[in-house]
Amino acid sequence: MIPQLAFTDLTLGYERHPAIHHLDGTVERGALLAVVGPNGAGKSTLFKGIVGILAPLAGKIDRCGLDRRDVAYLPQVADIDRSFPIIVYDLVAMGLWRQTGLFSGIGRRERDLVHHALAAVGLTGFERRPIGNLSGGQLQRVLFARLLLQDARLIVLDEPFNAIDTKTAADLFALVRRWHGEGRTILAALHDIEMVRTSFPEVLLLAREAVAWGAAADVLTPANLQKARRMCEAFDEDAAECRVAAE
Amino acid sequence: MPGGGGVISGMYDLLIGPFVEFEFMRRALAGAVALSFGAGPVGVILMLRRMSLVGDTMAHAILPGAALGFMVAGLDLFAMTLGGLLAGLTVALLAGVVARVTDLKEDASLAAFFLMSLALGVTIVSMRGSNVDLLNFLFGSVLALDDPTLILMAGITTVSLGVLAVIWRPLVLDCVDPGFLRSVSRAGMPAYIAFLCLLVLNLVGGFHALGTLLSVGIIIVPATVGRFWAREVTGMIMVAVATGVASGYVGLLVSFHSGAPSGPAIILVAASVYIVSVLFGPVGGVVPRLLPRRHLEA
Repeated sequence: MIPQLAFTDLTLGYERHPAIHHLDGTVERGALLAVVGPNGAGKSTLFKGIVGILAPLAGKIDRCGLDRRDVAYLPQVADIDRSFPIIVYDLVAMGLWRQTGLFSGIGRRERDLVHHALAAVGLTGFERRPIGNLSGGQLQRVLFARLLLQDARLIVLDEPFNAIDTKTAADLFALVRRWHGEGRTILAALHDIEMVRTSFPEVLLLAREAVAWGAAADVLTPANLQKARRMCEAFDEDAAECRVAAE
Repeated sequence: MPGGGGVISGMYDLLIGPFVEFEFMRRALAGAVALSFGAGPVGVILMLRRMSLVGDTMAHAILPGAALGFMVAGLDLFAMTLGGLLAGLTVALLAGVVARVTDLKEDASLAAFFLMSLALGVTIVSMRGSNVDLLNFLFGSVLALDDPTLILMAGITTVSLGVLAVIWRPLVLDCVDPGFLRSVSRAGMPAYIAFLCLLVLNLVGGFHALGTLLSVGIIIVPATVGRFWAREVTGMIMVAVATGVASGYVGLLVSFHSGAPSGPAIILVAASVYIVSVLFGPVGGVVPRLLPRRHLEA
């Protein structure tokens, strides 16, 4: 197996407080990995580290030669300013960043790509709509269309199925399956344990450190889930300096 | 038609005559138009980033810098522009970096900053100059624009439009979806800093015509008008520019015929357009919301 992502003694966090603490591990190329854990477990933090938004406090993330443009990132919907007056077409077209960069124009070929991507998520005819007029599920479909255009080898999805109906979740998950079939590496932060159990071969249970990592059936035991909840409690304002790194 | 010629010549005297007859009116109009084209897009982005107060603070930050230039060299275009630019850029960079790097809520420190700048600037101008100088600093002298000042203002607008074209994509994406932008590109921070520099440039341009207190007005007020008439950024900018140009034209006429001070007249006209837009603007205006209209089929 070829590794796509390798974490070595990785610590990520804010103002020196770790949100991910001494994480080690490898994600194989082509993996379909669910990252689960309670709120505050560090899922979003880990993803921000992977896509290069957040620099590690210690340790390192090896993307095994992937450029930042080979990584597609779906931020949490909450991070998007939905009041901003931009139309669906423009937001989706940003998925072509790898080709267009800052300046290149969007020609006929690119226009077709955008229309195809919107068709693939079932939003044909929504091109001119401002994003403020979309429902939560529709906006998530738009963001998946953008992911489609990014055509990336590593896809990182932060809570892709939160607060959307089952039909939309099923449609979007079909896309995830398709990407998996194409050999892309996919990481998804999820809360729906049942969905993870049935649909994801590999699971990382996170509670600031890895509680368990492996096949879904081995990881998602009641004992492990209980343990994860307990471990997430402490964000100590006056925490002492961590000694592990100094050894 | 009896009296037709009278009406037409009356309209001419009212609307066009002043600009044909007086060169200072033509210069003022040219200045206002030049300003509007740069200020429109800058103002719309400023508003969409919820940074209107930042614009206000920067406008004030220009005052002590321009005043220092005045103290050293008198009423010299170059010295006052340079002083204003340096002071504005310093504040812009400090505020921008602090807002980006820390989680500090910046409105309180901005308010403190703009009061300090105002007090300092007024003190410096008053020590060297007269009350007339002070009024010119605060409210501008749009009726006294000379060639170099006009060229400066037009140059600033040209530079603004060029730079905006270059940084537009990251600038917009940084507002809508900053996480995504940072995952595909490192251009977010440079684009933001470039935008702050454009803001300062436009404020300095506006300063010569409208003074430090009102220059931010031609940036913010037309932008807020745009929000009530368009659903998309591009449309908002077009409305903002049109509002700026129209306010300049009507404001100058009002000032010419009534003797009202010209800078405040321009901003007052823009403000009137704003009030009308709040009431009747098709996108979220008060009256269209209250009108009983049947909902659509789908």
